[in-house]
Amino acid sequence: MKKEFTPRITSFLCKWCTYTGADLAGTARLQYPTSIIPIQVMCSSRVDPVFLIKAFLSGSDGVLIGGCHPGDCHYETGNYHARRRFAIVKSVFESLGLESQRLKLSWISASEGPKFARVANEYTEEIMELGENPTRKNIFL
Amino acid sequence: MSSIVIDTSASRKVKELLRFLLDSGKIDAAVTMRKIPENNSYDLTLITDAPDLDEAVPVIPVMTVNAGQVLSSISTSGKKIAAVLKPCELRAFVELVKREQGSFENLLTISYTCGGVFPLELVKEGQIEELLPKYDKTISKGEVPINTRDTCRACEHFIPMNADITVSVSGECESGKGCVMYLNTEKAEEFTEGFGGERSEQKFDPSLFQKTLDARLAEKGKLFASITKDGPGLDGLLDLFGKCVGCHGCNSVCPICYCLLCDFESANFDYNLPYFEEYLSRRGALRLPPDTIFFHMGRLTHMSFSCVGCGMCSDVCPVGIPVAAVFKKTGEKTAALFDYVPGRDVEESIPVMVYKEEELSDIG
Repeated sequence: MKKEFTPRITSFLCKWCTYTGADLAGTARLQYPTSIIPIQVMCSSRVDPVFLIKAFLSGSDGVLIGGCHPGDCHYETGNYHARRRFAIVKSVFESLGLESQRLKLSWISASEGPKFARVANEYTEEIMELGENPTRKNIFL
Repeated sequence: MSSIVIDTSASRKVKELLRFLLDSGKIDAAVTMRKIPENNSYDLTLITDAPDLDEAVPVIPVMTVNAGQVLSSISTSGKKIAAVLKPCELRAFVELVKREQGSFENLLTISYTCGGVFPLELVKEGQIEELLPKYDKTISKGEVPINTRDTCRACEHFIPMNADITVSVSGECESGKGCVMYLNTEKAEEFTEGFGGERSEQKFDPSLFQKTLDARLAEKGKLFASITKDGPGLDGLLDLFGKCVGCHGCNSVCPICYCLLCDFESANFDYNLPYFEEYLSRRGALRLPPDTIFFHMGRLTHMSFSCVGCGMCSDVCPVGIPVAAVFKKTGEKTAALFDYVPGRDVEESIPVMVYKEEELSDIG
């Protein structure tokens, strides 16, 4: 049997939507796991692809980007750019044979506290299935 | 658009054209490969005086530097320049122009059907002269020359895209048989006005290169398979890049990596004591120099979709990492996400600068 572990999911959350959504989940006292490690960013497009790679190579079991729904970006088009960059990183992971399931992008608005809690729960479960990130112990990375 | 029949070797004819352009004052400078008589080697040269063209060898399977990269700094000088470029150099320059790192305004581009280039280690002490007869013979038969760069053998974009003048080098360039200079643009017609040679209305026919294309695609399949079918995986990644010494040579010769302050050269990567302390508190040991795999993965996400596969990076790697093959393979996938072909069209924006509202619906 796989040893139970608490995943660490580095989460880049957009200030205007997903981070506020996470706040709402908290004030509404919705349960979600402690695996989510939130980092507030001004926009999902602030997340340079190297942030995802650094988090992955440093041993994050999952990396989550949370942004406003397409069309709702506070800066109008930031999340469209974030989506393209995310697709590129994911494609690089697939091409190198790395576990691209450890990367996730989700659109969660400021009013979607329940959705934030649901995504946090589901993604944590998915990562628990996947197990610990093998990069965590690798000194060569 | 017309064409000029070449009655001598392709290289000599292009040299004649450059001389004509310089003498007639139509250009201020020419960029071309040139022989270094002192050591029987070659390098890329910027020439303003016609007599200095004597040693020029415009068509030669040698790339000492990606000319697209060099052109970016001189194309905006306001001077009129004619440049002889290999197809991938031209594509790299197109990518740079998209990034506002160069301009076609005062530039006449001359390119040719490329048979691939030899690795730099073979470019010394007259070794190229020994290899050339066999090389010419091989490409005239539509086969792929051995000894050339791995990404050259696997390159399907050997026919220039967007060149003002395309020289079709059928392989027998020494005899000049079957070599034609195609004038593709108004600019080319204008510049060659008054230049001698028999004119014809012949159009460039890519189908003549079908055999070469098939051979290259077969080579590409083999090259990509050599980096394993589903990618190297984490262990394979260590195998591939584990030897990396972190010199960033691949980065500095890359024509696409133009950023004056690369993230990986910035203060973010000044390793200091707190960095080591924090890292070692988590893992107990740290490979030195750190972040070499991070560096390659970072570059893959930053520019692989624009990779033209010129192979400079593999060629300069001191420890023999097949950087270019990995970048070409990954780059084709990242570019395919957006139906993008690097260097195809200067009007086409790079994928990270634009977006469509309706796309990538499986994300998010």
